[in-house]
Amino acid sequence: MTPAEIAVVLLVAAGTFFAVVAAVGVIRLPDLYTRTHAASKSDTLGAVLTLGAVAITFGGEITAVKTVFLLLFMFVTNPTAAHAIARAAYDQGIEPWTADDSGGEPE
Amino acid sequence: MSAPSPLVSGVLLGAASAFAALAVVVLYRVLRGPTMQDRVIAVNVIGSNTVVILALVAAALGEPMYLDVALVYALLNFLMSIAISKFTVERGGVI
Repeated sequence: MTPAEIAVVLLVAAGTFFAVVAAVGVIRLPDLYTRTHAASKSDTLGAVLTLGAVAITFGGEITAVKTVFLLLFMFVTNPTAAHAIARAAYDQGIEPWTADDSGGEPE
Repeated sequence: MSAPSPLVSGVLLGAASAFAALAVVVLYRVLRGPTMQDRVIAVNVIGSNTVVILALVAAALGEPMYLDVALVYALLNFLMSIAISKFTVERGGVI
């Protein structure tokens, strides 16, 4: 294996791990705001690491530059979208979940 | 470009199928809710998973054209989230 292939395998493994963390967070966390936390941070990191592996796979071509632009775009827009949705929900009056609520059992 | 070595393309396609399985798992939150914003967040996660799947398939098969589809899909995904959060509040800016 060349060093580039080792880097690709490691980045893909790390990205898949963070995507699993994001999916578990979206399913298991108790309310909208904590789910936004999982969706914005873990999912962005998983996508960015995996797209980095794709860029290394394409090597020194112009396609790799396109992949890096896609990576930067995801890195900026994914947390922005989650923040906008959380703020819209707060403006609508959805209450955050606290430890006092209902024995801590998620919905 | 030509396709990468069989080992690398196998790893990339395996990761793509793992991302697809995760998108199906997140679909539970879209169906369950309970609020509309929960569904939007879950659809956003599914959309970014789709972008990653498209990029992985583009790299594994050596088809750079798929990356353009991924770019357009990422744009539409972001626009969907912003539009929904914009139109669910009465007045004023969200961002």
